Amino acid sequence: MNSIRINKKEYTVDVDKEMPLLWFLRDYVGLTGAKYGCGVAQCGACVVHLDGEAVRACVTKMKRAIGKEVTTIEGLSENGDHPLQLAWKDVDVPQCGYCHAGQIMSAAVLLRERPTPTDQDIDDAMAGNICRCGTYSRIRKAIHQAAELQKQKG
Amino acid sequence: MKADKTTLDRRSFLKAALLAGGGLILRFNWPVGNAVAAEKDHTAPATLNSYIKIHPDGRVTLFNPNPEFGQNVKTSLPMILAEELDVSWDSVQVEQADFFPEHFERQFTGGSQSIRRAWPILRTAGATARQMLMLAAAQRWSVPLDEISTATGSLYHKQSNLKLSYGEVASAAAQIPVPKNVRLKTVADFKIIGSSKRNVEIDNIVTGKPLFTSDYKKEGMLIAMIVHPASFGREITSIDDRAVRQMPGIKDVFTIEPLLRDYKKNGFDVFSYGQIAVIVGNSTWEVMQAKKKLILQLSGPTGNAQNGKPDFLESTGRHYAAMEQASTQPAQVKRRDGDPESAFKTAARIIERTYTAPFLVHNTMEPVSCFADVRADHAELYAPIQAPEFITKTLSARLGLPKEKIKINLARMGGGFGLRAYGHHVVEAAVISQKIQAPVKLMYTREDETTYGIYRPSYSATYRAALDENNQLIGFHIKAGGIPESPLHENRFPAGAIENYLAETWSIPSAITVGAFRAPGSNFIACAEQSFLDELAYEMKKDPLDFRLELLKRAKERPVGQRNDYDADRYAGVIQLLKDKAANLARPARTGRGTAAYFCHNTYAAALVDIGVKNNEPYVTQALAVMDCGIVINKDAAINMAEGALIDGIGNALYGEQLFKDGVPLKSNFNTYRMIRMHEAPAKIEVHFVENQDNPTGMGEPLFPPTFGAVANALFDHTGKRYYRQPFVKQSGEKS
Repeated sequence: MNSIRINKKEYTVDVDKEMPLLWFLRDYVGLTGAKYGCGVAQCGACVVHLDGEAVRACVTKMKRAIGKEVTTIEGLSENGDHPLQLAWKDVDVPQCGYCHAGQIMSAAVLLRERPTPTDQDIDDAMAGNICRCGTYSRIRKAIHQAAELQKQKG
Repeated sequence: MKADKTTLDRRSFLKAALLAGGGLILRFNWPVGNAVAAEKDHTAPATLNSYIKIHPDGRVTLFNPNPEFGQNVKTSLPMILAEELDVSWDSVQVEQADFFPEHFERQFTGGSQSIRRAWPILRTAGATARQMLMLAAAQRWSVPLDEISTATGSLYHKQSNLKLSYGEVASAAAQIPVPKNVRLKTVADFKIIGSSKRNVEIDNIVTGKPLFTSDYKKEGMLIAMIVHPASFGREITSIDDRAVRQMPGIKDVFTIEPLLRDYKKNGFDVFSYGQIAVIVGNSTWEVMQAKKKLILQLSGPTGNAQNGKPDFLESTGRHYAAMEQASTQPAQVKRRDGDPESAFKTAARIIERTYTAPFLVHNTMEPVSCFADVRADHAELYAPIQAPEFITKTLSARLGLPKEKIKINLARMGGGFGLRAYGHHVVEAAVISQKIQAPVKLMYTREDETTYGIYRPSYSATYRAALDENNQLIGFHIKAGGIPESPLHENRFPAGAIENYLAETWSIPSAITVGAFRAPGSNFIACAEQSFLDELAYEMKKDPLDFRLELLKRAKERPVGQRNDYDADRYAGVIQLLKDKAANLARPARTGRGTAAYFCHNTYAAALVDIGVKNNEPYVTQALAVMDCGIVINKDAAINMAEGALIDGIGNALYGEQLFKDGVPLKSNFNTYRMIRMHEAPAKIEVHFVENQDNPTGMGEPLFPPTFGAVANALFDHTGKRYYRQPFVKQSGEKS
C-alpha cells in the first residue's frame, strides 16, 4: 500500500520512504503552505495534521505517513474560513507571514482538544512554534477570538 | 519639521497617460528610502517607477515597488496615496513590483526609511491625480474647479447636485496636462492615514498560498544547495564528491567562486567564502542527503597582513579577551567636548562599567532561497532581497550580462532584519544556473544560514562618569568597539548634555562576516548606554527617568557642541509619556521594572518591561512602548511592529548569541540557538504614540534597541544584580 490522502485527495507515494512528509508535500504534491524552517522539529513552520494530530512534517517520514490522512493549511477549510483563519485576519496577526501556516495548524489541534483554551493551554500548545517577528501576543489574542467564534458557530 | 505642503517639481516626476482600455494612468517616481547609497535626484524624469491607475469601472490600482518582509509597507505606503487621491480603501488593489533596474533605481527596504522617504512623493502623486479628475469634471460640467469636491472615489458639484465617479472621468483626466500646483490634505482631513488597514496579503498568508521564494517552482527547475567551509578564515582547497555522485537524484557537484577575483565589492557584497561547493539534484530531500556525504578539504587560516584578517582561527574566549584589552587601550577619538581629562582628574568619584554582547544570528524564519534562470542573453530571478539595486551590479559583472537583461522578481520575504540586504545567495543561484544551464532554486538549510555568517558583530562599550563632591555629573566618557566594527554613535545622547565629554572608538579585525541587523550598532549601544544611565542615576540617588529628563533639559537649553543627533524635546516627549503611562500600569507582584529610551532611524522610542524570575529563568510579564514616529500611517500595523520589536528585543537580550571555536560557529539550528517562544513572550503589551503632525518616520527598527536596555534595567530592579554581558540568560554548560 503506497497511498496517502492529502486534503481529501488520494496520492500515490513513489518516493524514498525515508523522505520527510514536508518535502513530499512541497516538491512532489506542490503544496507549499507548510514551510521549511529548521528541519529538526524545533520551529513548527511545517506543522500539518496526520490523522488529526499536529506533527512536524520536516521529521515525519513518508513510511509513517503512508496510509494516513494528511491535512495541510491549504485543506484546513474550504474557503479560508476556519475560525482561526477568520480570527487571524481580524486580529491582523502576521508580519512577514512565513511561520503562520504552522502556527494556525498547531492552534487548530489545540482548539479541537480545548475549545476554550486558557493562556496556559496556549503556552503549552504553541511553545513549539517560533515567530521571529514577535507576533506572539497577537497569536494568543487570535486563538482566544477563534475559540469564541467556534462557540458561536456551535 | 511640520507636515509639509507640496514642494516637489511635479512636471519632472509625474506623467499622465490614457490607460489601455480606458482610464487614467499617472506615473511617478517612488524613491524608496535608502540610507546607504548616495543620495540621487529623485525627481529625475527617467525613473518613473510607479503608478496610480484609475480604471473606467472605478477600480484603483496602486503599485508598490518596495520589497516586503513583514514591515507592512505593501499596505501602509499605498494608504498614503489613497488618502490624497480620496478613494475608499476597499476600491484599491495593490500590485507588487518586479525588479527591473532601468525602472527602479532605488528600491530598498531597510533603515526604517520606506515611509519617511515616500511620504512627500506619494502624497503629491495622489493629490495630483485627484486634481486632474477634478479638472476633468469641471470641464464636463462647465463649472469652476473650486466648486468641485471629492469623497471616496466620486466627484461632486453640490450646487447642481451633480455626481461622477472617478472612473467616469478617468479617460478625460488622462488628456489634461499635469497640474503644477496641487493642494495636499490637511492632517485633520485624513481619513485613511491614521486608521488601521489590514495587511493586503492576509488572505494569502492564512490559507498558505505560495508567496515566498522558497515556494517558487518552474518546469524543469533543479534544486541546488551549498556546502561552505565549516570554519571562518579557511577556504576550500578540494572536494571529495565520489560518494555524492552515486546518490539518487544527484545531477552535479562542483565548486563555484561567487565573485570574480578582481571584482571591487560594494557595501552589500558580503561573501563569507571565496569558494563554495554546490550540489545540484532533482529534489530538496535528495540534495539534503547528499550534502551530508560531501567532504571538503580546507586550507589553514587565510588571514595575513595584506588582507588584514587574523592569521589564526577565532574563538569566542579569545574575542572577549581581545575586546577587554582594546577597552583599556587609548582609542580613536571621535568627539571631545570641554576638558574631559581634567574633569576625570578632579572628580570626587568615578563610575566605570563595561558592557558586552555576542555575535547574533538573524534567524529569519525563511532560510535563504533564490530562483535563477540564467540564459545566454538574459536572466530571470525570484529573490528575497531588501536591496535589489546593489546586487544587480554584482550580478551583471559576474554573469557578463548587461544590467537591463537581468530581471529580479521581488518575492515576499520570510523575514529580513537586515540580512536580506545582502545578496550572496542571489549571486550564487545565478552562477549555478549559468553553469548548469538550467533553471535552479538554491535552498539553504537552516544550518547553512546559521553558520554562513553576516552576523550582528560582537561589541563592547566602556562608560565612565565623573561626579564632583556634590554628586553632580561633570564628565562622561564612552569608549566602544567591536569585532569587526564599532557600535559608537558619538553624537547621540547624552552627547550635548554634558560639559566634558569624550567618545572613542576601536575595532578588532575578524574573518567572521557581519552585516546590518535590525537597528545596526544601536541594537547594542542603546542597551549599554541605557544600562549605564540607570546605574548612574542609582549611584546619584535619582529617579532614572527624571535623570534622563534633566540631561535632556540641559541639552535643549544649553546644548554642548554643534552636532547633536537628536531633538531634545521629542526625546523628552517619549520619556515623559512613558512616565505617565507607567504610572497607570501596575507592576505585577514579584517582578522588577525597567525602562529605557533611544533615538535612532529618525524615530524616538521608549520601552518598559516588568520581569520576574522563576526557576532561575527570567520571564517578562508585561511590556509597554511609547513611540514618536510623527504621523502614524497604519495604526494597527504600527502597533504590531512595536509589539514585535519588544518581543524580538526581549528574546535577543535574554537568549541571542552565536559562539565560535577555531572559527567554527557552534550554534547551527534552533535546538542550540535559543529563540523567544510563546510562553516567554509578555502576555500583555501596551503601545502608545506621541500625537503630533510631524512627518512620518519608520517603525521597523527604533524600538528594538531600547528594549534591550529596559530588560537589563528590569533585571537589576528585580534581582539587584547588574547584567553586563549579553545574553542575560546563560545557557547550559556555560559559565556566567
